[in-house]
Formats: sequence, structure tokens, C-alpha cells
Amino acid sequence: MSAKPTTHAEPAFAADEAAVRQALSSTPRPPKASALSAALTFGWRGMLKVKHVPEQLLDVTITPVMFVLMFTYLFGGAVAGSTGEYLDYILPGILVMSVLFTTVYSGVAVNTDLTKGVVDRFRSLPIWRPAPLVGSLLGDSVRYVVAGTVIIVLGVILGYRPGAGVVGAVAALALVVVFAFGLSWVFTTLGLLLRSPNAVMNAGFMGIFPLTFLSNVFVDPATLPAALEAFVHVNPISILATASRGLMEGTAEAADIAIVLAVAAALTIVFAPLTTRLYRKA
Amino acid sequence: MTHSPLAIEATGLVKSYGETRAVDGVDLAVRRGSVYGVLGPNGAGKTTTIRMLATLIRPDAGSARVMGHDIVDEADAVRAAVSLTGQLASVDEDLTGRENLTLLGRLLGLKRPAAKARAAELLDAFGLAEAAGRLVKHYSGGMRRRLDIAASIVVTPELMFLDEPTTGLDPRSRNQVWEIIRAMVAEGTTILLCTQYLEEADQLADGIAVIDHGRVIAEGTPGQLKASVGSGALHVRLLHPDQRPEAEQVLGRELGAVVLEPDPAALSVVCSDADRGAVAIAELARSGVRIADFSLGQSSLDEVFLALTGRPAEAVPGEPDRIEEEHAS
Repeated sequence: MSAKPTTHAEPAFAADEAAVRQALSSTPRPPKASALSAALTFGWRGMLKVKHVPEQLLDVTITPVMFVLMFTYLFGGAVAGSTGEYLDYILPGILVMSVLFTTVYSGVAVNTDLTKGVVDRFRSLPIWRPAPLVGSLLGDSVRYVVAGTVIIVLGVILGYRPGAGVVGAVAALALVVVFAFGLSWVFTTLGLLLRSPNAVMNAGFMGIFPLTFLSNVFVDPATLPAALEAFVHVNPISILATASRGLMEGTAEAADIAIVLAVAAALTIVFAPLTTRLYRKA
Repeated sequence: MTHSPLAIEATGLVKSYGETRAVDGVDLAVRRGSVYGVLGPNGAGKTTTIRMLATLIRPDAGSARVMGHDIVDEADAVRAAVSLTGQLASVDEDLTGRENLTLLGRLLGLKRPAAKARAAELLDAFGLAEAAGRLVKHYSGGMRRRLDIAASIVVTPELMFLDEPTTGLDPRSRNQVWEIIRAMVAEGTTILLCTQYLEEADQLADGIAVIDHGRVIAEGTPGQLKASVGSGALHVRLLHPDQRPEAEQVLGRELGAVVLEPDPAALSVVCSDADRGAVAIAELARSGVRIADFSLGQSSLDEVFLALTGRPAEAVPGEPDRIEEEHAS
């Protein structure tokens, strides 16, 4: 460890034995932090990082804006006949895509954390074991909400009008964020298995990219070859996109929503304990 | 909780990584309220031992009780009693000093106002009040270490693991950390101190285990260890540093293995017999080596390590590390 050059002069310090002893003697041990409180504290840690480096929100804002503009104006006329009609189809789809892409970064963040000594301290604390992971995903959920909100607001500016109004849009966003929370456990597992943040990023997108494109996010699957169409129909991302469109329009089918929630729950049930186990041993 | 007078009782701890036995049967007995030094070169198994005792990794064999609790079966109780200052600074570089300490206070169960007040108190005590609002990545090495130690006592631990607390620090920062450690000891905290600096163990520890290749090869007080390799050492300082290789050869022939000191003109060698020392000095003079001064005194832990292992404790440039302990993490 080498001291990095600092622009500030180091304040003179002579260890004040009396002050150090006072500091050591003055705390009775408080009761153990609850699981919820520990997780929320780790969520707060995530928020503080955003506060110190707000640029990291650019990822979750600029990219979705580019997607909306590009797909609407570049492909809209060709795919749906008019940009307006395509916007109605694509906006909930892009909402799904952008938020799911953001989940890969949760895995990258876990991997980056592991390279730092602070993880050893967290792991030696008497806290609920999954708290650091749950907390960091709770913090990431805030990013998902930011990304989703940017898309919806931009859509409205471009002329998108969800049939079910604000309530529909909020419901769709909520469903996407819940699914993203479940999916992000897959990427935290990946984040603990792979060696570098870059490897996590590459592997993550190698998985999420084809899954997203082989869904009904961009095009109506009716035009696809039969085998592909069959896959697109069972792809959970298609079902999520369909449910989001439904919620936005007020025509959602309960079955679709139930499937989305079930998949999110299943991913969490399988991958959250796996992640926690790997984190403990990392 | 059984109230044993021992803070740490470890028996036969083993941890392997692949073919390598990083820790190969370590026994430790550390009294409550003492500073116990675990001394050894890079890769000797110090960090792996600490990580097992702090419940970060499970031993492959052997067992240990820390503050009366089994490190495997009662890991949570162990965690509630200890704190760890790791080899890499165990603080979050992307947060400020104040945020780091507040975060830990919250995680340890303090309410928000209490956590904030505690952070302020510690920042003051450790001379970091002025830097409280700065990101830790802009801290100097010494400030980072102090924050690291402050982070370990947000809630006063019964036992503190300090893994190479002064590695990479300049002498001034090292002294500051030592003062803090002494203050903690005065307050009754038990400390397990891993270090590759012999002077550090000599300065701070009541008892020392010398560890090499994952085994404890010697144990005792600093005084006992020094006595075990002979009562004294001959220290020689040369007028011309470039004559050191020649001096090393002569002293090696007369007295045995020679320690090259950090000062490029200085060297020392175990020597308990004043007459033989005198002969060696005369031999040096005869061979044309110019001596600035010499003394016959108590051997330092450097000589102890050399006598125990047949090689110097400090890493020799060009000699590859045998075990990279960190590879497993």
C-alpha cells in the first residue's frame, strides 16, 4: 500500500493517549443491529457513493435516452409504419430493457467491492450475513427507478400517453423493478464467481443481450420463424414486457403479472442464498 | 461463556490452498489483556491464521476458541467480541472518514445520532477531525491507518486483530500507530498483532510466536527469544558501505550467519563470547575493512529470526515469495 499523493497537507497529529483511552472506554456495547437496519444501512452506503460520484447515474440516464430516441426515430417508421405507433409499442419495452441492463452493474459492483479490504471488515461484523448484498441491491433498486423514470418521462415528452395514466406507469415501473431485483441476484452470483469486474460485465451482457433481443421488446413475435417465436413466447422478458404494456394501458392480465413475480421470486430463492454463501467464502 | 484467562486458544490450526499448506498446525495461547505478536516474513501464514481466528475462513483442521467461543460453531459470538484491521486498509475509500465510522456504528447497532456522535469523538481522538469530510482515497497512508484503527473500535472490542498495521508507513506514522496501540493496551484491550517487523514486535508485544512456513517455530517473550539464540550480538558499522560484502565474509567466517542492517554500512552477527568478538574485529581490521564503530550487545529479533530459520526475516529483493497468501481471497 503506498500513500497516494494528496493535495491537502496532512494535519499534524500526536496520538493523544488520554483521548484514545477515553474513546475506548466510553461505549457500552449496543444491542445487535436488526437485519432490516443492517440492510438499509448498506443501502445508504450505496446512496452515499452516488452522492460522491453523481456521474455514475449518467449510465442509467443517458443510455436509455439514446435507446428511446434511436429506436423511435430510426426504426419506428420501418417497423411499425409510423414513429408514433412504434413509440406506443416500444416504450414499455425499452423500460424493461434499460432497467434489466442496469442489473448487470450490480454484479460488477459486488466484484469491485471484493478487491477492497473493506469487505473483510463487513464479513467480520456480527450482522445478518446477507445484509451487505441485500443492502447494495436495495441501493441499486433506486438506480433502476431513476432509469425507468427517465424513460417514461422522455416518452411522455415525445408524445407517449399511457392508457392507464400515471397509476399505470407507476405500476409498470414497479413490476419491472421487482423483476430486476430478482434478476440482479444472478449477476451478484456471477460477480462472486468471476475474477474481474470486466469479466462480469462481459459475461453479464453476453447473457442479457440475446435474452432481451429474443423477446417481444422490439418486434411483434408473429413475424418470426416458428422455433424462434416459440422461444420468445416463453422468455420471461417477453412476459415482463407484455405485462408492463398491459399495466400501462390498463389491460394487464393477472396471469402475466403472476408469472413475472414468480420468476423474480424463484431467481431470488435460488440465487440469493447462493450469493450469500459465495460472499461468505470469498 | 466460559471465562478462561485466555483470549485465544488455538490448537493445530491447518489451512491449505491447493497443494500449499498456508497454515500447518498452529497452536496459540494468548492471555487476556496482553499484546501477542505473530512474527514472520511475507507468506509465512500470518494473515491466514488471523483470517481463521476472525471467522473469515474456516480451518481445514484443528480448532480455536476466541474470547471463549468456538470460531466455527459460535462464529457470531466471536464476531461480536472482536474487530479486525486487515492488511489492506479495511475502510471504504469511496466514502468520507466520517461516513465510514457512522456506517460502522449503524451496523454495530448504534442509533443514527449515537453513531454520528461516536464518529465525531473518534475522529477527534485520532486527529482526523479536519479530514472528516474528505473521501478516504485522498487520505495519506498514515491517516488511512488511523481511520482503520478507529473503525475497529467504534464499539470497543474485547480482542483486536491487527494485521501488519504499519506496513508501508513512514517512521513518523509508524510511531503514531504504535502510540495508539499502547493506549489501547493501557485500556485493557487484548491485541493479536501480526507483523513482519521485528522491531514492532519487540516494542509492543508481551509474547511472540515466530511463524515460518505455516508453523510456529519459536515462542516466548522478546527477552526469552533473544536469550535462546545467545546472549548477545556484535554490531559493526563501517566507514565505507562498499566494504560491507568483504566485512560480511570475514564475520561470517569468524562467527556465523551475518545480518545486513537497513543502514548500508551496518551489519551484525550473533556473538555471546566477547573474546571471539574481539578476534573477529581484529580480523576485520587485518583484512583492510575500515570500522566506524562496533558494539557487543543484546541480540535483536533480527538475529533471532536468522538463528531460527537460517535466513533473514526481511524479504530479500529478487527472492520470490513462496506463498502468496492473498491468492485465495
